[in-house]
Order: sequence, then C-alpha cells, then structure tokens
Amino acid sequence: MYTIAAAPKAAASTHPMHNSKVTDMKFKGYRRADGSIGIRNHILVIPTVSCVNRVALDIASKTGAVTFMHPYGCTFDAEENTTTEDTFIGHGRHQNVGAVLVVSLGCETASARRIADTIAPTGKPVEMLIVQKQGGARSTRDAGIEIVERLKGEIAAEPRDEGDVSELIVALECGSSDAFSGLTANPAVGEAADILVGAGGTVVLSEITEMVGAERVLWRRGKTDRIKQDLMTLIKEYEIELSMTTQDDSGVFISPGNIEGGLTTIEEKSLGCIYKAGTQPIVQIVKYGERPTEKGVVIMDTPGFDIASVTGKVAGGAHMVLFTTGKGTPTGSCIAPVLKISSNNDTYKAMREDIDLSAGDVLEGTKSLKQVGEEIVELVLDVANGKEAKAEYFNIQEFAIPNVSVVRKEVIHQKLAEQNDFRFQQP
Amino acid sequence: MLEKTAIQIKESDHVATATVELLPSETVIVSGIGNGRPLKVEERIPRGHKIALRDIAAQEEIHKYGEVIGIATKPISAGHWVHVHNCRGAKGRRFDASHAQQQGD
Repeated sequence: MYTIAAAPKAAASTHPMHNSKVTDMKFKGYRRADGSIGIRNHILVIPTVSCVNRVALDIASKTGAVTFMHPYGCTFDAEENTTTEDTFIGHGRHQNVGAVLVVSLGCETASARRIADTIAPTGKPVEMLIVQKQGGARSTRDAGIEIVERLKGEIAAEPRDEGDVSELIVALECGSSDAFSGLTANPAVGEAADILVGAGGTVVLSEITEMVGAERVLWRRGKTDRIKQDLMTLIKEYEIELSMTTQDDSGVFISPGNIEGGLTTIEEKSLGCIYKAGTQPIVQIVKYGERPTEKGVVIMDTPGFDIASVTGKVAGGAHMVLFTTGKGTPTGSCIAPVLKISSNNDTYKAMREDIDLSAGDVLEGTKSLKQVGEEIVELVLDVANGKEAKAEYFNIQEFAIPNVSVVRKEVIHQKLAEQNDFRFQQP
Repeated sequence: MLEKTAIQIKESDHVATATVELLPSETVIVSGIGNGRPLKVEERIPRGHKIALRDIAAQEEIHKYGEVIGIATKPISAGHWVHVHNCRGAKGRRFDASHAQQQGD
C-alpha cells in the first residue's frame, strides 16, 4: 500500500508536484520471468479469428479466464494482418497475463503459431488448440476448459512481489467528452500524470486526431528535436486524413454533440485533451501497440476511436487506463483495469455503476485539480494492489484494432510531402 | 442562491467557460485565474459554452488554455457568447488548391 509520508524519493524531488501527499508508491504485484511486474494474474484465451470467438468465450466464462470478442483474423492485407497478430501478441505478452491459451480455427490468415511462439519467450505457459484438428467447437471448448483449469494451478503459485510506481505504465484516454472535460477531468488526470512521472513512472497519451490544433504545446514538450519533428509529422498525417474525410471545407472535425456542449473548434478540443498528459517532457513516440522503452510521457500512434486506442495501449503494455469522460461510458479491457473519471458530478451520479471517480468537485469549487489528481493517484495504487475497477467487476471487455487501408496511407503520405510546412514553429 | 461562475484558465484567455446557463443582464463571477471578478452577461450563454471576457476584434486570435483556439469571424464584445457563429478554427481544412478561394466566408 502507498503511505502518506513526508519526504518524496529523489526521483520526485525536482518535480513541481514534490509536495504531493502521496509519496511512497509501492504496490503488490506479480513478478514475471522477464522481470516485469503485473497487477493482475489473468489467464487469457486468444481467439485468433472471429470464427472461434464463441468457443473462446465459452472457455473463459466456464473457467474465469478472460478473453475478447473481435471481427478480425482473416483475409487482411499483409500490413493489417501484422497489426492484428501483433495486437494479439501484445495482449498475450502483457504483464497482467499469467498464462495464455490460443484458440485457432486452423485456416485463418492470422498465424496462431506465430502468435503462440512470440508470446512463449516471456516464460509464461502458452497452450494452443486448433478447432479443425480438435474435432469441432464442443471438443475444443471441453479441452480448453481442462487446459485452463490446469493453468490455474500452475500460476496460482506465482509469487506476489513489491512493485514500484516507476514500473507502471498508465494509459490516458478520453471518450464522450463534454465542455468540462478540459476543465476538470483531463487536467486532474494531468496532475496525476505529473505525480506518476515525477515518481519515475510512465504515462501513454494517444489519439493523434485529438492533438490536431495543439501542436504548439506538444512541440514545446518534445524532449529532442527528433521527437518534436516526428510528432509534428504524425499529427499532420492525421490532419490530412481528417481533411480528406469531410464533405466540405467547414474545417469542423468535432461531433455535433461536442458543438452542442460548447466546444467550438478542433483546436479547443485538442488543447483540452492533451491536458491528460500533464506537463513533463515527451520522451518517446511509439507505434500502435508498441511497448515504450523509455520512462516518462510517451505518445502512441492510435486513432481517436476510444476502443481501438485503448486496445493499442494495452497491447503496448499499459497496466491500466485512466479514461476521462463527460457523458459517461462503460468501456473496459480484458486484461487491464480501465478507470473512468467523469468531468462532472451529474454524470457520476447518473452512471455510478460505470464511473470510478468524479472530478466534478472542481467545477463546484469544493476541490482543487491537485486534490483530485492526488485522489486519482491513490486510486491507481489501490487498483495496482488489486482493487477492482468497475469495468472489471462487470466483466466489460471491449476490443478493436484500427483499419487503415494501404491505399489511403499512400495518399496521405503524398499529400504530407506536399504540405510539410509547420507554421506553428514560427514564434 | 449560489453565484453563477465562469472559469477562466489562463491570464491571456479571451474567454471563460460558463458552469451554468447565463442569462442577459446577469452578473457572472469569473473564477479560476479570474479571481472572482464580476462580468456583465450580454446574451444567453448555455452551460459549458464560452463568454467573451473582453472585446475581441474581427480576425483576432481567440485564446483559451493560453493557446489559440480559433479566429474571430466578426467583432465580439465583452459578455457575449463565443461559438461557431463568430469563431472559426484554422486546422484540418481541405488541402486542395481551391481552398484559398473558399476560405473567404
């Protein structure tokens, strides 16, 4: 458990949040063979193609294992197929997973063999069943249940070890935003991000669509010129994609609900969104589903669709997700706790069964952003110690992978080459 | 009855966000960095929408979060509603050649 102590550790001492009351940030997790630490000890059933989703679901629901439903796994172009396999692999290799059962149909494009073989080097048990060789869905289900029951015994002895917050990767996400998201929940998560990063931890911001218009701020925060430039190029790609998907020249890329709620431009929305990542330097940019190798504020290339964005960050090793919301959403992940933080108390009251914490007291003037930020850090540590997120309690497990056609990517890159001027770089 | 507030985030901001619906001739308290100064409301501003903290000239950049959120398409005086009818973003517009002509709205 974390304790309320006087002096922070050296790592946090130079940080503006050094006087935070939450300091000694330890938790009890599961130490893995590769040295990483998980906050859950799940057995994950991976259906490599949607044809076997039901078999995987039956195995999971009969045994307490976790799984995910998806429409993927076959007849993709090579690039999308790799993204799909890598996303499955990222979930299998994840620290929160103690053992894996891969369920394959047998003829799909996604390679069950490659998926199993790439997970295995983590040292955790990996088993595979092929429905076409097993004798059908029922036989596979029965064999799967037997395997999972055996795996349960194997991982039950997994030692619990003390982990430090510096080992945690916390994903930042927002969805169903309102005008108050940028005033309460997002900056409160930003305060929490500063505390976590100040203590040596890692936070992952994504949804590049929602960085369009916030380039100046992000440019200033890039740790190196290379990171600054790469990030600007990435944002420009998404801006071009956005401009290609609208019917007119309105330049409006925010939803009717956003406009009704008081958001006027994509710039305004983006500036509110990026508050989630606090104020520390951006140390690395990673691809969709890629695991960060640096500690600090990391940016992942994901689309704005919440579920695909969360899935990518979890595949990239995020232990948990801080998900801010204006109007409320039940979103969860199969292997990582997703904590919903509402921007206002009305939504919290209306969706109490889905929302873990409200930042609405900031709006009502009874709490400061910093206070709510500290509450969020306390919640992060409680959840790292095993407290269930509401989405976990209700078994809410969403999963999605972005689909970007190769043709569209080529057009975007061509336009990018024509348009690669970053006027915001000028003072 | 509680005072009505609008939150100003940065010193340089031209707008504050109404925490409740504001009605003409009411006085709103500008909270946050605004330190509780009063401002006269000139027109109805829905909850969550923005009120101009000072007069803004046409084509002037409008600041919120200490950054540019758009350009004023017409003059906006203090206490008025700032939204899509008088503020336009600059990002994500079409990148084709006809863009320049179409922009003069």
